[in-house]
Amino acid sequence: MKTGTKLKLALLTAFGFLREAGRRKKPERIVKAEGGDPRAELVVALLLLGAAACAVAFVVIYALDWSHLTRWLGLSLGACLLLIAAALIHAGETFVPTEELEEDYPPLEHPEAQEELGQIGRESVGGFTRKRLLLGAAGAAGAALGAALVVPAASLGPFLDTESFYYSPWHRDRRLVDEQGKPYRADEIEYETFYTAFPENAYREELAAPLVVVRVDPSELELPEGRGNWAPEGIVAYSKICTHAGCAVALYRKPRFPQAEPRPALVCPCHYSTFDPAEGGKVIFGPAGRELPQLPLLVDSAGELRAAGDFSAPVGPSFWGVRTRRPTA
Amino acid sequence: MRARRKALLAVVLLGGLAAAAIAEAQPPPSGITYPPGTSKQKQMQLGEGLFAANCASCHGFRGEGVLTPREGGVGGISGQGPSLIGVGEMAPDFYLRTGRMPIGHAGEEPERQRPYFSSHEIEAISAYVASFGGGPEVPEPEPDYGSPAEGMSLFTEHCAGCHQIVGEGGYVTGAKVPVLGHATPTEIAEAVRIGPFLMPKFPKSQISDDDLDKIIAYVQRSKHPEDPGGWGIGHIGPVPEGIVAWLVAAIVLVGFCAVIGRRLSS
Repeated sequence: MKTGTKLKLALLTAFGFLREAGRRKKPERIVKAEGGDPRAELVVALLLLGAAACAVAFVVIYALDWSHLTRWLGLSLGACLLLIAAALIHAGETFVPTEELEEDYPPLEHPEAQEELGQIGRESVGGFTRKRLLLGAAGAAGAALGAALVVPAASLGPFLDTESFYYSPWHRDRRLVDEQGKPYRADEIEYETFYTAFPENAYREELAAPLVVVRVDPSELELPEGRGNWAPEGIVAYSKICTHAGCAVALYRKPRFPQAEPRPALVCPCHYSTFDPAEGGKVIFGPAGRELPQLPLLVDSAGELRAAGDFSAPVGPSFWGVRTRRPTA
Repeated sequence: MRARRKALLAVVLLGGLAAAAIAEAQPPPSGITYPPGTSKQKQMQLGEGLFAANCASCHGFRGEGVLTPREGGVGGISGQGPSLIGVGEMAPDFYLRTGRMPIGHAGEEPERQRPYFSSHEIEAISAYVASFGGGPEVPEPEPDYGSPAEGMSLFTEHCAGCHQIVGEGGYVTGAKVPVLGHATPTEIAEAVRIGPFLMPKFPKSQISDDDLDKIIAYVQRSKHPEDPGGWGIGHIGPVPEGIVAWLVAAIVLVGFCAVIGRRLSS
């Protein structure tokens, strides 16, 4: 069956059911309708509508992207839940029929009277008089709360559109510059420390822009197949964005006495993913699922560092199809 | 009688624990060997004697280092350590003043403790180590001229990833990161330039002397944070705050349950 036909059928069924429900005749009351507690119902309705307003406020704050107002996001959602709780407690304490009776009933002689007795019981205790108002208010609160919980899923990113994740500002001959925009010279790169580099004349906030650059003893380099000339003088460059959760790989573990201490490593401070700069960014510890993307380097005639191509793999946290192709400018 | 015996046992146990805790906190400077006649020697002589007696088994008699462990060292210490040629006065001053040297065996993380040597002895050893082949002098930072605000931004960029934003330390893969609470301005400057254990060094091209003054000014300030929230809870970030939140939230939730269940009990 086609989806459209299914939908039509479902709608018709629902409509028919509603009409049937409207036509059904109300059975005659046995107990005279009592006043119920209209004031308490009004309070509950107001509380529920207040909850709805709070949830709507959450959606509005989120939608307007007031990212500095995280406390208001929390407060609005918290207030919504609190108001719903208060409405339920108040309803429970005032007009929701609750009665504890203990009495031994004789076995029923007339089972048909059972229904009647049940009706008497239901109608004897106040109960709802403005059922539709309350149902409407509860529906509004529930729907708005549901929306408030679902809407932040928009932050998970473009749905299945991974094209932008392959973008990289790096290409052959682009110079590596420091934070002030000064090009890095190969002879400035010292052992036992690490440098952050950016692409010259490119937007630095791009995920693929920042690099971490370290100098490794060329005799200790064990780069993967095909990266033989990627590390001139032992200088290696990797994406500074961790492949696990996208934090900046801001730590460089450097042994003072390599003979007896752990080997040099690039470490992400968020979850301690640890990458080996001498082995093409291989993961040696932590939750990262793939190696740190390496950028091939070359030293130009002026002794300055330039990219010799693009990254070995897309930068940043992994996504569907991350291993299928290399990034492009 | 039994109650008294139990109380006595508790007192003894507590006393033992306290003694153990004190011993843990301040290990006695043991294992230091003093060559004879050290009280009236010239500085270089004193340094040479102390170095030969306490450092040379791992660093070599002329600071040349011991790259492969020696077999059958005294007391099971195999003796292995980096070369000290060219480290100058800075490194020995840092490692000895913070009690990080001597360590038990190579590869162990040198940790801060009560220094093993007196200030006079440290100066002598440092001068002797510097005589192996030059190297940097003990730095003299001037944190009073540095802006703590700029220092905070520099500290965030270069240091806080490991040392935590108010210098409370923590863990990285392979090492415990020291707390900066007891570090003096000179020790901070030395550590930045040396890069002890697994810490990278930061040459002047990375952190200038002026920037270093700012960073030290910030670290000095961060030793006594203002805590606008009222309660620092150890200053180690969201974990203790979360624990407190859960404890408080749990009490509030129990209160809610009591309110909801009120009618049932009445």
